[in-house]
Amino acid sequence: MRSIMGDYEETELRLGLPGAGGGGNEGETSRNNSGKRGFSETVDLKLNLNSNNSDGNQVEDMKQKNLIQASTDSAKPPSKTQVVGWPPVRSFRKNVLAVQKNTTATDDKSGGSSTAFVKVSVDGAPYLRKVDLKMYQSYQQLYDALSKMFSSFTIGNCGSQGLKDFMNESKLIDLLNGSDCVPTYEDKDGDWMLVGDVPWEMFVDACKRLRIMKGSEAIGLAPRTIERCKNRC
Amino acid sequence: MAYSFPEEVLEYVFAFLSSDKDRNAVSLVCKSWYEIERWCRRRIFIGNCYAVSPQIVIRRFPKVRAVKIKGKPHFADFNLVPEGWGAYLYPWISAMARSYPWLEEIKLKRMVVTDESLELISKSFKNFKVLVLSSCEGFTTDGLASIAANCRNLRELDLRESEVEDLSGHWLSHFPDNFTSLVSLNMSCLGSEVSFSALERLVSRCPNLKTLRLNRAVPVEKLPSLLRRAPQLVEFGTGAYSAEIQTDIFSNLVEAFSGCKHLKSLSGFWDVVPAYLPAMYNVCSRITSLNLSYATVQSPDLVELISQCPNLKCLWVLDYIEDAGLKALSSYCKDLQELRVFPSDPYGAEPNVSLTEQGLVTVSAGCPKLQSVLYFCRQMSNAALIAIARNRPNFIRFRLCIIEPQAPDYLTLEPLDTGFGAIVENCKELRRLSLSGLLTDRVFEYIGTHAKKLEMLSIAFAGDSDLGLHHVLSGCESLRKLEIRDCPFGHKALLANAAKLETMRSLWMSSCSVSYGACKLLGQKMPRLNVEVIDERGSPNSRPETCPVEKLYVYRTVAGPRVDKPDFVWTMDEDAALRLS
Repeated sequence: MRSIMGDYEETELRLGLPGAGGGGNEGETSRNNSGKRGFSETVDLKLNLNSNNSDGNQVEDMKQKNLIQASTDSAKPPSKTQVVGWPPVRSFRKNVLAVQKNTTATDDKSGGSSTAFVKVSVDGAPYLRKVDLKMYQSYQQLYDALSKMFSSFTIGNCGSQGLKDFMNESKLIDLLNGSDCVPTYEDKDGDWMLVGDVPWEMFVDACKRLRIMKGSEAIGLAPRTIERCKNRC
Repeated sequence: MAYSFPEEVLEYVFAFLSSDKDRNAVSLVCKSWYEIERWCRRRIFIGNCYAVSPQIVIRRFPKVRAVKIKGKPHFADFNLVPEGWGAYLYPWISAMARSYPWLEEIKLKRMVVTDESLELISKSFKNFKVLVLSSCEGFTTDGLASIAANCRNLRELDLRESEVEDLSGHWLSHFPDNFTSLVSLNMSCLGSEVSFSALERLVSRCPNLKTLRLNRAVPVEKLPSLLRRAPQLVEFGTGAYSAEIQTDIFSNLVEAFSGCKHLKSLSGFWDVVPAYLPAMYNVCSRITSLNLSYATVQSPDLVELISQCPNLKCLWVLDYIEDAGLKALSSYCKDLQELRVFPSDPYGAEPNVSLTEQGLVTVSAGCPKLQSVLYFCRQMSNAALIAIARNRPNFIRFRLCIIEPQAPDYLTLEPLDTGFGAIVENCKELRRLSLSGLLTDRVFEYIGTHAKKLEMLSIAFAGDSDLGLHHVLSGCESLRKLEIRDCPFGHKALLANAAKLETMRSLWMSSCSVSYGACKLLGQKMPRLNVEVIDERGSPNSRPETCPVEKLYVYRTVAGPRVDKPDFVWTMDEDAALRLS
């Protein structure tokens, strides 16, 4: 009962602002007991939640518990433990997206992730690179990018011209027969395939890594292409 | 007493008044006008089902034909209101069943609706026409079957975003064969498959059907059949928009869409396969409203579609649209009025898409009619907000959610006070505002000073002290709804501005620092408010008076304390001390 009375004065309802006539610390701002304050005075008002008695501490503790303290030294906000109801997304939206995420993981429908990074290795190059296949819309664009990426390496005739020649089937047989380079990829089944046989979108979905091989090693990869070329030439 | 006009004439004149504000004003002129008005009021809107009782409503307005009732507080949408809190429809229906036999329309939001209520509706109102259940719960498809079977004059059945226990799709087959009055059907929230032949027959025999929003279970290859039977459709929602790419499905779709010369609004698009989107291109030039918020397709595909819609007024989309897509939107859709961008991965630690503050800046610059925005993003700056505010002083709704709580201006690491300050200062007609990011009491100073037309304010993880809350309560003259979570506000501003709370519909405060003692005091001082403490830790009496309550919901009411409270809700009033002991 006593604590209620103790608090009463502090929290007594008035027309004026809180703190008016309150605790001793607020002398300078507590003069005005009735009517409204001017706006600039309001700004200066020190509202002291932590009052004299010990009961005030419990309020402080609850404050600490409920607040997420903003860190001042780094741009990274505090830890991402799930806060109930945040961000404010309705549950039927959350569920829809969760289900859709699962479906895109299991079957080949596109639209799940927005990037498709794969490792690219070039035989003879000292290190590998990574490309995001979703940055390109066609094989030609991919070849252009790869050519630029590996232009510093002199691996036989594997410059930009070499890869461009790959698009031309009539030169393909020369490439495959020679020691020139051939782009291949590992698909989802773990098989090594010749790049270029399937539609672009299907390739992006299936490709796990790229390898630019020496032509002589690639000979076994495209028997049908070689057959076609033989029949035509 | 002026008998210059006979009652019938006054009644005839009053019939032209549709706004509640006008009717309320009229009823204050004199006793006879009050009487005449109350007998001829046909539509009532109850913004808070606990602000008034069914008996009081019926006593004053005996001849109502249409009711609209809202129940739970808005934060119930985000699971902040515990299960079983309340907002039951049944007491309303049981009272209205006796007194409003000619009731035609019931529109509800965030209420608990049981099958029993639905059955009672279907049997009590012979001329029942419109049922809209927005974000409601508590009923099953059996309840829908009663409505379908018994409401012979039904025009609208709209279940938008409700949580329905889906026992089977059989309910749709309960519409009788001679039922032809359907104008609008929205079943998008349902899971089960309905009998497709029943749906086809229903669509065929309802020549006035203007709105059809299907649920996810209706496959894309079945759409042409429905569209062909309803070429008069104005609003259409697809089901799952995916299948193996087959040219005949595609060409059927193209043909079916082409036949719909009046389509203005499209929605649905679950599981979209982008290759099927071009099937709609023929109708895009007339489209004014597009809801792609379930469509997980990438920006280029979205842009392709949007670029065909120059008359677009309203777009709901996922953040897959990215800044690039929003740039395209701003150049193609000059009529855009409303934009909502939802997060595709709200709980991911890192951004999964390239959507930043820049997208919103671009749209605000390029779309001169843009007035309503809901935008989820991961970074924001004061500079961007200032630019947005200057570009678009005509905002009436501005809801920004920066996903990380208390995220500062990512360029300067300062709070976003000045940015939001610019919004309220420039957008003088702003009616709704949701804040996020790192904010001090300063932002509330700006809001209290400038946001004079603001009606609804949502605050989370913001502010430093009671001064912030005080600025809002003392400065925002038009404030009706205030919802606050996880802010360091105690009781001082509340108690100093207690009278303000009677001018508002409601106040919600959760995870703040309002002590139990202060809640009791507020309840004692303000008898026309219901001051309700929601606390799942057990009776607040078992803890010290200074201990803050978990949640506080304060609203004005003429119905007195709730009589249907669950065991985790306590009403603070004069009898509180007696009741709680």
